[in-house]
Amino acid sequence: MRPPPALPRLRAMGHDTTLTADSTPRLSGDLAVWFFILAELLAFGVFFAAYAFARMRHRELFDAGQALLDRNTGALNTILLLSGSALVVRAVQGNQRGEGRRSARWMLGAMACGLLFVGLKASEYAAAFAAGISLSSSLFHMFYLSLTFFHFMHVILGLVVLAVLWQGLRQDRYRQDANPLESGAAYWHMVDLVWLILFPLVYVIH
Amino acid sequence: MSSTEHAHGTPLRTLCLWSALVGATLATLFLGERGGSLMAVALLLIAILKGSVVALEFMALRHAGMLWCGLVIGWLLLVCSLIAFAYWKGA
Repeated sequence: MRPPPALPRLRAMGHDTTLTADSTPRLSGDLAVWFFILAELLAFGVFFAAYAFARMRHRELFDAGQALLDRNTGALNTILLLSGSALVVRAVQGNQRGEGRRSARWMLGAMACGLLFVGLKASEYAAAFAAGISLSSSLFHMFYLSLTFFHFMHVILGLVVLAVLWQGLRQDRYRQDANPLESGAAYWHMVDLVWLILFPLVYVIH
Repeated sequence: MSSTEHAHGTPLRTLCLWSALVGATLATLFLGERGGSLMAVALLLIAILKGSVVALEFMALRHAGMLWCGLVIGWLLLVCSLIAFAYWKGA
């Protein structure tokens, strides 16, 4: 049987987040969060450019430092963040369909991906410190540790945000107003977006 | 599975995009075995494509209008261009 038209059905259910092709532009989440995201992107962008231009002058040093990193772990971390982002999208989609409580499990899956990322990264740091690597070991390691730790802190904050959203979904708090859910989701995607440049830059390109 | 067009797409669309992103990540891993300026550009192009998918689809910026799309995609292009320039000059 053909389902009823989605937009009127969802509007009747009190949802205001469904869009059709002719909808007016709408930012997903709070405007203030997006200004915060832009500031974060700017900070990471400066960091990435500084890394690239420092490498320009010390190519051998950076290539030698990069060769010590485990690319497979970096790729696995990328897949974990991408999976976390996709699961957050599923949670937002579920909430838009009025399945807030059920979509909490997608958020839980995203948190699991984030926690695995944290575990892998922590083991990478532990191995580096055990090998005597520190911020003062070389210019490459100064960039590697500070850049990835700056991102690591964002993942930790993102996990706190996801935990709050998970609790909200379990209580079906975003049925009428999805703005907090979409704002938190946008922050998590930003953490993912930044890693998509950090991974090839620090781990792969030589 | 719903075919409803949401700001954040449908579950099937999300699954397809996630698969493509994972495939692109594996491509980055394998292509990255080789070095050089051309490979650096290729890997940065893959990063731009992946970042665009996350920004436009997962962050739903394709529904946010030209200004916000331009700001985030512009950031991606600017940062990757600076990196490509530095790698080209350092080669």
